[in-house]
Amino acid sequence: MHQSILDYGGRRYLKLALALCGLSLVLYLWHDPRSPPNGGTWLGYTLGGVGAALILWLTALGVRKRSYASTLGTLQGWVSAHVYLGLALLWVATLHAGFQFGWNVHTLCYLLMVVVIASGLLGIVLYQRFPQQLSQNRAQQTAAQMLTELQELDERTRRVAANASADEISAIDANIAGTRIGGSTAAILSARDRSTVLLPGGASQPEPNPAQTRMLEWLSARLSASDDPLRTRALSDLVSLIGARRALLRRLQQDARLRGWLSVWLYVHVPVTFGLLGSLIAHVVSVFLYW
Amino acid sequence: MSVERFRIAIVGAGPGGLSAAARAAELGVSHVLLEQSPAHANTIQRYQKGKHVMAEPNVLPLRSPLQFAAGVRERILDDWASGLERLGVNLRCQSEVTRITGERGQFTLTLQSGETLHAEHVVFSIGVQGNPRRLGVPGDELPCVQYTLDDPDEYQGETIVVVGAGDAAIENAVALAKQNRVFIVNRAEEFARVKDGNLSLILKAIDEKTLGCFYKSSCVSVTATEGAETPYLLTLATPEGDTAVPCHRIIARIGAVPPRKFVESCGIRFPSADAAALPELSAQYESNVPGLYVIGALGGYPLIKQAMNQGYEVVGYIQGEAVEPADEPLLAEKFAALPERLSVSATLQRMQQRIALFAAVNPLMFRELILGSAVHCPREGEVVFRRNDYTNSFYTILDGSVQIEIGEEGESRRITLGTGQFFGEGSLLSGRRRSATVYAGAGCVLIESPRRDIVKLMSSVDSVRSVIDRLFIVRAIQSGFAPNTPFEVLETIAARARLTRYKRDEALFKEGEPGDRLHLIRSGSVAVSRNFGGREVTLSYVAAGNYVGEMGLLGRTLRSATVRAAVPTETVSLDADTFAELMAHNPALRADIEAVMRKRIVSNAQTQSSTAGGDLISFLMRQGLGEATDVLLIDESLCIGCDNCEQACAATHGGTSRLDRAAGPTFAHVHVPTSCRHCENPHCMKDCPPDAIRRAPNGEVYIRDNCIGCGNCERNCPYGVIHMASTPPAQPSLWSWLLFGSEARATESEGKSKAPKKAVKCDMCKDQSGGPACVRACPTGAALRVSPAEFVEFVSSEAAER
Ligand SMILES: Cc1cc2nc3c(=O)[nH]c(=O)nc-3n(C[C@H](O)[C@H](O)[C@H](O)COP(=O)(O)OP(=O)(O)OC[C@H]3O[C@@H](n4cnc5c(N)ncnc54)[C@H](O)[C@@H]3O)c2cc1C
Ligand code: HEM
Ligand code: HEM
Ligand code: SF4
Ligand code: SF4
Repeated sequence: MHQSILDYGGRRYLKLALALCGLSLVLYLWHDPRSPPNGGTWLGYTLGGVGAALILWLTALGVRKRSYASTLGTLQGWVSAHVYLGLALLWVATLHAGFQFGWNVHTLCYLLMVVVIASGLLGIVLYQRFPQQLSQNRAQQTAAQMLTELQELDERTRRVAANASADEISAIDANIAGTRIGGSTAAILSARDRSTVLLPGGASQPEPNPAQTRMLEWLSARLSASDDPLRTRALSDLVSLIGARRALLRRLQQDARLRGWLSVWLYVHVPVTFGLLGSLIAHVVSVFLYW
Repeated sequence: MSVERFRIAIVGAGPGGLSAAARAAELGVSHVLLEQSPAHANTIQRYQKGKHVMAEPNVLPLRSPLQFAAGVRERILDDWASGLERLGVNLRCQSEVTRITGERGQFTLTLQSGETLHAEHVVFSIGVQGNPRRLGVPGDELPCVQYTLDDPDEYQGETIVVVGAGDAAIENAVALAKQNRVFIVNRAEEFARVKDGNLSLILKAIDEKTLGCFYKSSCVSVTATEGAETPYLLTLATPEGDTAVPCHRIIARIGAVPPRKFVESCGIRFPSADAAALPELSAQYESNVPGLYVIGALGGYPLIKQAMNQGYEVVGYIQGEAVEPADEPLLAEKFAALPERLSVSATLQRMQQRIALFAAVNPLMFRELILGSAVHCPREGEVVFRRNDYTNSFYTILDGSVQIEIGEEGESRRITLGTGQFFGEGSLLSGRRRSATVYAGAGCVLIESPRRDIVKLMSSVDSVRSVIDRLFIVRAIQSGFAPNTPFEVLETIAARARLTRYKRDEALFKEGEPGDRLHLIRSGSVAVSRNFGGREVTLSYVAAGNYVGEMGLLGRTLRSATVRAAVPTETVSLDADTFAELMAHNPALRADIEAVMRKRIVSNAQTQSSTAGGDLISFLMRQGLGEATDVLLIDESLCIGCDNCEQACAATHGGTSRLDRAAGPTFAHVHVPTSCRHCENPHCMKDCPPDAIRRAPNGEVYIRDNCIGCGNCERNCPYGVIHMASTPPAQPSLWSWLLFGSEARATESEGKSKAPKKAVKCDMCKDQSGGPACVRACPTGAALRVSPAEFVEFVSSEAAER
């Protein structure tokens, strides 16, 4: 009843793309130009024209995506066609160029196209794999809900810390202050935890505290040294609260990582598309000038 | 001390009472306006600050010495206050009337303070908000006990006890707990009957000890403690014995006492026990107690302008003037299309004479019904509605006839209904699609009444309810089993059919019980489950308009499955004996029924999902799919979280998205976002004063522009999908957005703050040619819409996948 982009509409666009590739291959093999195959023959012009048309249409997805009231098919259908025909483009353009590559504007155009297609391929792989992980990791909560939960957890931790000593209060506050979710793109995408904590009686500089490890070490050291039952109780409460915090932070970081990956490829895909359009124009103009 | 005497005493200074008193003052009639709260118009005072009050119905002219036009709450209240002063209205605040005795010319009104007044006539305009239910324990008059909470941020660092376990109590308690020590007192051992969101909120708060809860506890007394740190002491009876809680404040949110008891104690009769019943009134708003008049919301007129007009008119009636009601021109316009030209009142009278169903309805109520209805004069052969339309209005035939085409395509038959008969009750009651196509006959004049008005009438007038119910049953049996059995035979059988209401999760029957009844699901839906190794596993779901338990009819068998209501459900059931009798009358019937049943058994088996899908069915039922006509689901194994669906919704609906994709529960990978289910019997429609919520032929439940922003629907929707938002000016086009992006956006957000807030929700893109924008805009195909018909297929495909 509901299908992925790849299965959409009985894979009709896969069939269309294969047909396109097959047809161009047959023509390519059948065609026997005097010069080695290249963009300058009639077949070269034809395949080049098809390729350029495909590129323009592939770019038009950006417009269709934002035309919310459009009745021209569904966006899913568009994306399905985009993926298969976008891949077919690689084949068509390669045949168009007749495997003639060099250090020139033509090959630059080709390379940019390859980058766009490769990033698209990465995107589609991510689209197949990450949503499920994202959903499992969210466990019925939204990111905003997780953040509020974190806030509430922190408030509770502060209240419990108030039953321990001033050291614990300042440690917990420092732990909260040193928590980093997100940060640079690289940090988000690797889900590396760059949190730090400045602990009473510890180093004078904030110490790395990935996954709350340092904080837990510090607390457990105090817990094992404690001989006052009330304090022990408060400390062990703190340990379990920080344990919960660790799990929640982990989920938040995973959430950011997965969502980051699901969108980062577009930051390559779309800008390079514009570069591609520019170089395509340069290619076509230069070809006609030389002619 | 001599008791004061007035010609007119007006009880309740809402819009109705104010207007009546102002009119009396204008005419120089001796009057008194008694108001229980400290200021005029308590209901309006309690609206949100700065609320834009709307003056619906727009077409109705205002008749009152006081001003009223759409505007900000504060301005309207000021206008009224200055009007009262200018006219010299005798308003007495903090004068709750607790008793009215006597008759025309000599009524005695007793106030809460014990004081009494005499009046020749009494106008009752106390609205329907009711007064908050009091704690009813010694000390509940102390200043620390309050019944409302306007701004939770007003209190800090106090110990506050919230009494009650409903949505209001929970919302207050949780909001107060941010800055105070809060306890909540619940009479029961759990929080039942609250919205899911509030339930998780309170359980979490209790779990995390951000507030304390006393379960199975009730208040015993409140005492002031002189000199102690906390000034009051609330004593509670808890399962562990009496507990004293020192506190600063007690907020009781234990509901409101509907005004009905008080009204009845004054001698005013209600036609039925139904909570929605309205008092019986004459065309002059006079109740069965001569000299005692009822106007405004209490009389069934839920809008400010209506109440004000009635206040004006009722004083005229008391003074013996012949006042033409303000809605007269509206009715005249409605009747303009009628072939016969009669006066408005003559036309109304003729309608009541012709249509037996309405004969017993009092003229005032009937007038209101017609005011809300449309009069149609369709050409012969024109379609009134089509089979499978989702409309739910009700038609009566004033003149001529209609042809009803029933039965499946190919084997359809036409039935003729004549003057005075009615149709359309099926969809009205069940919320299901129309089961027949109706064509207009020659010279046909029809009255089409909206669902809400008929439902209101059914709860006020028993005869209307029983006639409609009876006919529903006859038609249900006829179309389901015995298309060829004459109407008269069916009527005797219908008289023995039983109409039963089931609460959510209540069993119609259980596995292993002897089965001797057939149930037709009139509204709601049921889940069929079977016991597997001690666990009840849901196998399938059956929607309204279908039968369950048909095997019970032909022979006595044991039930092979348990059937429970998935949502509040109504069934019409027949027992085997009645059926045997029916078959004795009509031997061909047995063959008919067996044929129908054979078909049904096969189709039941086909639609039954595997046990693997059972948990998914149960999950979806809890999310309201049992009463949905169309619900948005998101396949989380495909959703990339791009929120393009929300953007598409906002872009096609004036800038506010009506769905919240990320919110809402998930089971396996099926996510139910917060978005309208387009319920068969929409809860949101229940208390909408201007009747702004309607249902379109394709099932879309949508809100019209005449919404007054009262927020009732937001509270009534169990799925939390309605919110109040202002409609910004039209969106910039795609191109202007691309070109001047930020600028256009800025003007939009400015417009947001100024426009009045109204209720917004999903309208299933009924005005978009391509259908729901959310689904069309999903790049990965994760968003899908499911209707009950596709539901089983969806569940089995899901089950197969796992
Ligand atoms: C949130 C909200 C928003 C709304 N917005 C709009 C809108 O924008 N436009 C619109 O047209 N309608 C609106 N309505 C509906 C409108 O408020 C009512 O239709 C209107 O108030 C009804 O007027 P009334 O005079 O019949 O009763 P009320 O306004 O309810 O007045 C009854 C008065 O009687 C007093 N009273 C009760 N019992 C006693 C007693 N025993 N003794 C003395 N006094 C007593 C009460 O304190 C109250 O002041 C809204 C309703 C709500 C709840
Ligand atoms: C309007 C469409 C196009 C036209 C008219 C066109 C025309 C040509 C011509 C005439 C040549 C031969 C030039 C030569 O031999 O010096 C050529 C070569 C080439 N074209 Fe195109 N082309 C088009 C589209 C494209 C596209 C879409 C791509 C790939 C993105 C592309 C990539 C190349 C490459 C890589 C070569 C080989 C360059 C070389 O021979 O050194 N062309 N094209
Ligand atoms: C040269 C070829 C291509 C061009 C010019 C191109 C261009 C584009 C553009 C302009 C968008 C719109 C992005 C946005 O506005 O957000 C887009 C989206 C997309 N592209 Fe491509 N693309 C190409 C090839 C491919 C290929 C080969 C694939 C996959 C194998 C692919 C996968 C996608 C996907 C999945 C999206 C949808 C993103 C979304 O809406 O979430 N693209 N592409
Ligand atoms: S708004 Fe709520 S109650 Fe109304 S139809 Fe939608 S889901 Fe049902
Ligand atoms: S649509 Fe909702 S907010 Fe608007 S008037 Fe009706 S009930 Fe009130």
